[in-house]
Amino acid sequence: MVSLQLNAVEARYGRKVVYAEASTPEIAGGRLTALVGANAAGKSTLFRRIAGQLAGKGEVRFVGAGLHDLRYMPQDTGMTAALSVYESVILALKQGRGGWRMGAGELAAVDEILAGLKITALSGRPLSELSGGQRQLVSIAQTLVSRPRIVLMDEPTSALDLYRQYEVLEYLRLYAADTGSVTILALHDLNQVMRACTMTIAVAEGRIVAAGPTLETLRPELIRQLYGIEARVETCSRGCPMMIVDRAVREG
Amino acid sequence: MTSLADLQVPAETGHHPYRRLVLRRILILAGLSLLLALSVAVDVSLGPARYALGEVVATLLQPAQAEAQMRMVVWEIRMPMALMAVTVGACLSLAGAQMQTILANPLASPFTLGISAAASFGAALAMVLGVALVPTALALMVPINAFAMAMVAALLIFALSTMRGVTVETIVLLGIALVFTFNALLALLQYFASEQALAAVVFWTMGSLTKATWTKVAVTALILVIVTPLFARRAWALTAIRLGETRAAAMGVPVRRLRLETLVLVSALAAVPVSFVGTIGFIGIVGPHIARLLLGEDQRFFLPGSILAGALILSATSVLSKAILPGAVLPIGIITALVGVPFFATLIFTHGRRQW
Repeated sequence: MVSLQLNAVEARYGRKVVYAEASTPEIAGGRLTALVGANAAGKSTLFRRIAGQLAGKGEVRFVGAGLHDLRYMPQDTGMTAALSVYESVILALKQGRGGWRMGAGELAAVDEILAGLKITALSGRPLSELSGGQRQLVSIAQTLVSRPRIVLMDEPTSALDLYRQYEVLEYLRLYAADTGSVTILALHDLNQVMRACTMTIAVAEGRIVAAGPTLETLRPELIRQLYGIEARVETCSRGCPMMIVDRAVREG
Repeated sequence: MTSLADLQVPAETGHHPYRRLVLRRILILAGLSLLLALSVAVDVSLGPARYALGEVVATLLQPAQAEAQMRMVVWEIRMPMALMAVTVGACLSLAGAQMQTILANPLASPFTLGISAAASFGAALAMVLGVALVPTALALMVPINAFAMAMVAALLIFALSTMRGVTVETIVLLGIALVFTFNALLALLQYFASEQALAAVVFWTMGSLTKATWTKVAVTALILVIVTPLFARRAWALTAIRLGETRAAAMGVPVRRLRLETLVLVSALAAVPVSFVGTIGFIGIVGPHIARLLLGEDQRFFLPGSILAGALILSATSVLSKAILPGAVLPIGIITALVGVPFFATLIFTHGRRQW
């Protein structure tokens, strides 16, 4: 089984230290883990540190996987390259593997991920013509096509409509279960987090302020600390926990 | 519970259109190669003495059986010029292609970054003041000066790029600053130059293939032969960088290192041809754009495509420079821009609106 753990990890940009000593319990593979926190709380920084893009002391411990099994999906940005969707997914598969020839297995992997995310119809479309939501789906395909064992995704559903949000989270849940991979998603919608993610890590101002099973972790006090809002966790008529926001308590 | 396998629709469509796309691109590359061969043959057939295309091809294929004078003209005078057009066009276009790639800027080329302006200044130093930047034989003073100054400009850009926190925009801005600086220095030299030296400088900056020799062709070709495989090995990383720095880094591309390596290769690729033939400005921008429009930016096709497009444009321009005024060879740098611009504009307005 794949797992990931941070032990007193430092993350910095040049001399600017963002995380001094970030530690987590062991994050197990096979299920979804959420990374939550306000804007600019340091979610992307933590991802980049785990992905090996930032320097710092401390230990990022992978069990059953290495850095080469890791794929990180950054937040959505425009893609202007003159490539089709299909080519961009091939690129994501081949970068790091090398070789100019495409094996039948490699093409099958690309077909499979596009079909899985139901975007086969976009195959021939130029990247520059995609809508924000389509671009996000293509990004997800790029991230998963090599079947990485550690997956870090920065707001993978932020540009998707409700139907797609549900579908993608379901797909990611199945992906994690199927591959046993450690899959961490930075998400803003806490109801999504409660439904889809077994474990939650919360960050604020460059510190990991809580980490554990989602329902135990997402308490009203923590929500208030993270986002400056007053919220309740209630149980809906079908027995699912859901979060209701009452008011903002932080000024500005 | 469902699993991933149950979700998956049989993968029916995706890779068939892709296979067709790959085939089409291979055919386009083959077509460009064919046109290039044809253009070179026509180029060789043109000149003060006009030969029939058939004769030229026969002389090229079986030199031993050709008439001595024709063999001399074709092999010793016209072939070096025709092949110089091919190698210079290829080098400049490839240099422009990779500059545009790493700097994410459609206007980047050896010329917008000041490399050719620096070369012109170096050449003018030799022609006006007789200053040799590197001690050398008199005959080589102009090209070696040009090369040395081009490398100075490239080194400045390189040094800046290694600094922390420098963005691609900063690099492009520095390049523009270098263009203006070297142009001003060049103007200063011209102001004090003798009439003869001034004429030589002006002619040099117009760009010309007439001084081509087999040695120059060989040196330019050698640079291309050394650099192309180095880019080919980095094909996927260079394609990835066009998805944006963050995405490329997330795919495991060492973005900074790749950018620096590319800058070094591109500098050599641009400095050598410029020092031999002077300023031929348009190829470095247009060659890559044509390749991009025809083939997209998968470097497996874009890389050979840029080389072929640049070679073809300069070779075709060389043909035109001889054909427009019979008996005279117009400076090729002028023709490239005059003929290239309308052609380029047509391409952009017909199907290039989406890129960049």
